[in-house]
Amino acid sequence: MSRSFESLLPKLVVAPAFVLGFAFIYGLMVWNGVLSVTASRMLPNYDEFVGLAQYEKLFEMDRWWVALKNLGIFSLLYVGGALVLGLVLAILLDQKVRAEGFLRTVYLYPMALSFIVTGTAWKWILNPSLGIEKLMHDLGWTDFHFDWLVQSDTAIYCVVIAGIWQSAGFAMALFLAGLRGIDDSIIKAAQMDGASLPRIYWRIILPVLRPVVFSTILVLSHLSIKSFDLVMALTAGGPGYATDVPATFMYVMSFTRGQIGLGAASATMMLATVAAVVVPYLYSELRAKPHDR
Amino acid sequence: MAGQVEVLHYWTSGGEAKSVAGLRAMMEAKGHVWKDFAVAGGGGDNAATVLKSRVVSGNAPTAAQVKGPAIQEWASEAVLANLDSVAKAEKWDSLLPQVVANGLKYKGNYVAVPVNVHRVNWLWGSSAALKKAGVAGMPKTWDEFFAAADKIKKAGLIAVAHSGQNIWDFTTFESVVLGVGGAKFYDDALVKLDQKALTSETMKKSLETFRRIKAYVDPAAPGRDWNLSTALVIQDKAAFQFMGDWAKGEFVAAGKAPGKDFLCAAAPGSANAYTFNVDSFAMFRLKDVGAQKAQSDLAATIMGTEFQQVFNLNKGSIPVRLNMPMDKFDDCAKLSSKDFVETAKHGGLVPSVAHGMAIKPAAEGAIKDAVSQFWSDDKISVADGMKNLAKAAATK
Repeated sequence: MSRSFESLLPKLVVAPAFVLGFAFIYGLMVWNGVLSVTASRMLPNYDEFVGLAQYEKLFEMDRWWVALKNLGIFSLLYVGGALVLGLVLAILLDQKVRAEGFLRTVYLYPMALSFIVTGTAWKWILNPSLGIEKLMHDLGWTDFHFDWLVQSDTAIYCVVIAGIWQSAGFAMALFLAGLRGIDDSIIKAAQMDGASLPRIYWRIILPVLRPVVFSTILVLSHLSIKSFDLVMALTAGGPGYATDVPATFMYVMSFTRGQIGLGAASATMMLATVAAVVVPYLYSELRAKPHDR
Repeated sequence: MAGQVEVLHYWTSGGEAKSVAGLRAMMEAKGHVWKDFAVAGGGGDNAATVLKSRVVSGNAPTAAQVKGPAIQEWASEAVLANLDSVAKAEKWDSLLPQVVANGLKYKGNYVAVPVNVHRVNWLWGSSAALKKAGVAGMPKTWDEFFAAADKIKKAGLIAVAHSGQNIWDFTTFESVVLGVGGAKFYDDALVKLDQKALTSETMKKSLETFRRIKAYVDPAAPGRDWNLSTALVIQDKAAFQFMGDWAKGEFVAAGKAPGKDFLCAAAPGSANAYTFNVDSFAMFRLKDVGAQKAQSDLAATIMGTEFQQVFNLNKGSIPVRLNMPMDKFDDCAKLSSKDFVETAKHGGLVPSVAHGMAIKPAAEGAIKDAVSQFWSDDKISVADGMKNLAKAAATK
């Protein structure tokens, strides 16, 4: 009796969280999927099903393609940039520098800010008549030109800059933890064999860091697919809709343009994108270590 | 019989909040209970989201600030009350221009009550900046406008204080279309979304004029809020701004006098046309009899002369009721009122597209996108811009 209760107890304790998670994550996903095949406009409408018409409309819209292209540019540069910069910072910090704790905090602090703060601060820094360009002009360098934020073909790179600034410290912290986990004796052994420092990093330390690299990529790439607040605060999708990303597109269509069906279709596409990143990773992770379970 | 009125609105800034407090006092004087339901932010987007969830859950407020075609969308969900008995008793049909009244009706019945009229096709000017550049008075035609703008630029000032957000891009664009093509063309192209008008020579000329203005805008314009652009004119750093008459509130709040420190004129070429932006309250269907009575009292009060005067003096707009005494209002408001009455007679009174008065949100959003894209990307040719605009107008 008591044994069956003991085996039941964990299930009972987990059940509420499971039910809530099921209803509010998977349930809402399904709801969104249903909405995306209806003709819903200002309010949800379940009377009129239109099949995949919303998806067809979605992929005919220039604005959606701009959003996808921006997502591609942003994800690649943001994930890549934060990764490389984070790794470099971590390696430099790992050289037993003085005041490491202080420096680590300095680099990690941007992560504590919300993307809204980051976006607003960078909006001012990058604004040609308030920020860097004005500063250079005031210092007498009047030829200086830096107006990426207000040009439609370069504005997305400003979003990348602000994003990397925010997240590089986070990547650094992960890498630093990874570096600290490496057994010193391996490095010492390599040094005894006469390997140079770059070689040690390239051939020994980086391969050991592989799992850290993957987790960092996973965290950063799903952040980039969901990125909404940074874009809203920095450019609000402008100039025009030049820096629109799928999340801002979805918000505008669903909540200000009265096209809930279309917005739901774009949300489904975002879900598919996230799933394309996460599912293979989870699959390989779970398959690789069956003995852990 | 007294009842409770719950009013969902997004008038939360200084002058606006004062206006709402006036309405509250009038309703309480009639013995009703006022339940304030203010949702700030997002130019009403937040309020609209809250309203949706309230209505869907079957708990609609008495009245909510809803305007333009959104009124029709709500009415088609069969959740709005019929106000015909109040409208008849108060003779709304004779007090409102027909084009305004039509927007407040669904299938011939009044479902919303109008509060005020904002004129959108204004050009605001700084007297000091114009004087410094040697420009005499406000330009009446586009040629005069560009001649003046050249002088201002040469004097080292910003000629046009623009806010590069899609609503303000379109505010400027619709004033250009109105000035270049006239009210009839505006109506065909932007309200009826007629493909022939959208691809005509006149539209080409409008887009060319629109692009020409960009050369006179400072580089910090993209993303700037409208009131910060108005501030540039207030500080005499910029000479002109295309903006609706809510800008007047900013000037007045900064202690500037109309006609002296700042000037108001219709956008070039659009003196005998008027793009209107009418705020209104949609009234929701209620079950409780006391609440229904309170609701019709609210509707009657909003259209009453007392509220129309007090509210609009605070808000910077003009009464929507025709033939109101205007002696307490300033010169810009008097001009606005005179033109409102005149254009209502001759068909020059047209709804503002930029401010959600004319077309459904989906098409409105799409043409705003097309216009903003054309404005911010100089590589798009006029012909392509026109093509994009026409394509966007076909969005359903």
